Amino acid sequence: MKLNIGCITEAGLSKKNRTGYWRYFFPIVDKEKCNGCGICELFCPDSCIQIKDKKCVVNGYYCKGCGICARECPRAALTMQPGGEEAE
Amino acid sequence: MKEIRIHGRGGQGSVVIAELLAIAAYEDGLYSQAFPYLGGGGERRGAPVQAFCRIDEEPIRLKYRMIEPNCLIIQDASLNEAINIFQGLQKGGLVLVNSTKSPEELGMARPEYKIYSFPAAEIALEILKKPVMNTVMIGAFAALAGGFKLQCLKEAIIHKFPGELGEKNIEAMVTAYRTAQDMFGEEVQ
Amino acid sequence: MRNALIKKKEVMQGSIAVAEAVKSARPGVIAAYPITPQTYIIEHLATLIANGELKSRYVRADSEFSAASIVYGSVAAGERSYTASSSQGLLLMTEVIFNMAGTRLPVVITGVNRSISPPINIQNDHQDTMVLRDSGIIQLYVENIQEAVDTHIQIFKIAEDKEVLLPAMVCMDGFVISHTYEPVTIWKDEAVQEFLPPFSPVYKTDPQNPLTYGSLTDDDKVTEFKYMTNEALVKSKKKIIAVAREFQEIFGNHYGDLLQEYRTEDAEIILVAMGTVISTIKVAVDALRKNGKKVGVIKVRSYRPFPDEELRTALSKCRLAVVVDKSYSCSSGGILGSEIKACLYNQRGPSIINYIAGIGGREIFPETIKDMVVKSEKLAESGKIPDGSVFFDLNKQLLNNQLL
Repeated sequence: MKLNIGCITEAGLSKKNRTGYWRYFFPIVDKEKCNGCGICELFCPDSCIQIKDKKCVVNGYYCKGCGICARECPRAALTMQPGGEEAE
Repeated sequence: MKEIRIHGRGGQGSVVIAELLAIAAYEDGLYSQAFPYLGGGGERRGAPVQAFCRIDEEPIRLKYRMIEPNCLIIQDASLNEAINIFQGLQKGGLVLVNSTKSPEELGMARPEYKIYSFPAAEIALEILKKPVMNTVMIGAFAALAGGFKLQCLKEAIIHKFPGELGEKNIEAMVTAYRTAQDMFGEEVQ
Repeated sequence: MRNALIKKKEVMQGSIAVAEAVKSARPGVIAAYPITPQTYIIEHLATLIANGELKSRYVRADSEFSAASIVYGSVAAGERSYTASSSQGLLLMTEVIFNMAGTRLPVVITGVNRSISPPINIQNDHQDTMVLRDSGIIQLYVENIQEAVDTHIQIFKIAEDKEVLLPAMVCMDGFVISHTYEPVTIWKDEAVQEFLPPFSPVYKTDPQNPLTYGSLTDDDKVTEFKYMTNEALVKSKKKIIAVAREFQEIFGNHYGDLLQEYRTEDAEIILVAMGTVISTIKVAVDALRKNGKKVGVIKVRSYRPFPDEELRTALSKCRLAVVVDKSYSCSSGGILGSEIKACLYNQRGPSIINYIAGIGGREIFPETIKDMVVKSEKLAESGKIPDGSVFFDLNKQLLNNQLL
């Protein structure tokens, strides 16, 4: 390992951190119930939810399975389930 | 001195294992100490966490992370890929891993240690309906390690989680204790 | 320990135990902004207030600067007040802390020691509280959870004394105390309240009787005001000693007056340090003593006021003093080490070697201490005492790999 002055490094290191493999539960989206309101997107602490075509899409590479999205969803469109999708 | 190192991920209650073992030992008239190591930026859900518990007959003055533990409790076998999980473990040390796979299947078998796999997550899901297996791991560990009184462990759990939550966790701990006794039979101390 | 005074004795986390101690001192106002490793203290106090167990006003400020300013105001209004912070948070409070000392407002602050960024690090060293040393604040460093609890109870009484009236800080090592669980005794609220009478300020301001704090002063009086603050801090020595002994009489625990000496009676080498590392040094000293080395330890309990006379006396008989610093002043060296050297200059005292170690949470093991003693002895024997401070546990291999 090398020491760089000022502890200055390249940007975006957290992008490389595959936090998806930390999780136990994964939010499964009920596309019928989801109306794309974007509340989950706002609340996700790791910014791994995006609204695409008015539906919630969770990025399995980063989602740690904290469950905040499912808790906040006003239409209960997200349910936390063990395992979930393979991390992308 | 008993020196136990606990490996887990943020949110799995590894620090609580250390705390409960320390409380149980103190209830039993021993001295104890428990503390976490939150390297890599601290208290984040899912991040690798280490916790430590020391138990002794004398007051404990040591204030640093243990270098040579004699027991390991591993809540998440996948941590074996991320870090040198056996670092410093004394020869003949006891290792308890939460997994349905055998130590061989996990690639964790080591002749110099006593390694046991235990299906803690399954027991936790069955009794607690959650994949939080820390009290289950405590039960299995107590059965394997010896030196812990069931009554003291129960008191520690109910002290930390009063009410129904505590009762459920006691059930999980005792079930694990009995299951470990059945599974490992003769080997149990 | 006095059994009738004990509320409970159990395995507790340091932060929770400290919050319980602060609660028993019943501050009227608590303002804080969360920062690791201070968070659990203020979180628990907020819970106690929300549950109605502590009758107090809790303000979650928008920054440490605001938190310090709020308790500044509430002490001026005559309420006992408390805040806590760490690292960058303490730096942000610094401007207000100088004001507290200058206007003689006895706010009690817990400094939960954490390294200062950058690089960002949440572990323990003493840099954050040491940079406050010139402000006029009282600073007591503690070795374990019980001492942290008992010192919090004592420090309100010291700070609020009419001959002192200065902000005061308990400096406790982050994680090593704040996040560690140990058996600890919590005293009954009534017992603490009997020991610690309500705060009765000399000056008290409110909207009907407004006062100005720290008004404009020219060079004809500034020196005298600064001198008065300095004198108050010097005088607080007596109060710190008296309160520690009174506490011992009632509760049974004593952690030293300004210093605590351990196995120094016939010691040829004395290690000097502050905080939890003292506990590790004591373990190392016991082992070294078994091998026939005459080693002792001095714990600097009161860093501000600085125990200069006490250190001169305590170090007068040894031939070598090894000062272990967990902070440093860039290009000048270990802060405690430099000050001890200064206070022994012109004395017939020991040689002094100053090591900087334990920065950013790097562990100091008993082996590290033994290593320090062995190396120091060799340096002393060969007459090669270093002039400056030495970074003890530097990884030279890493340094050889610097990138521009």
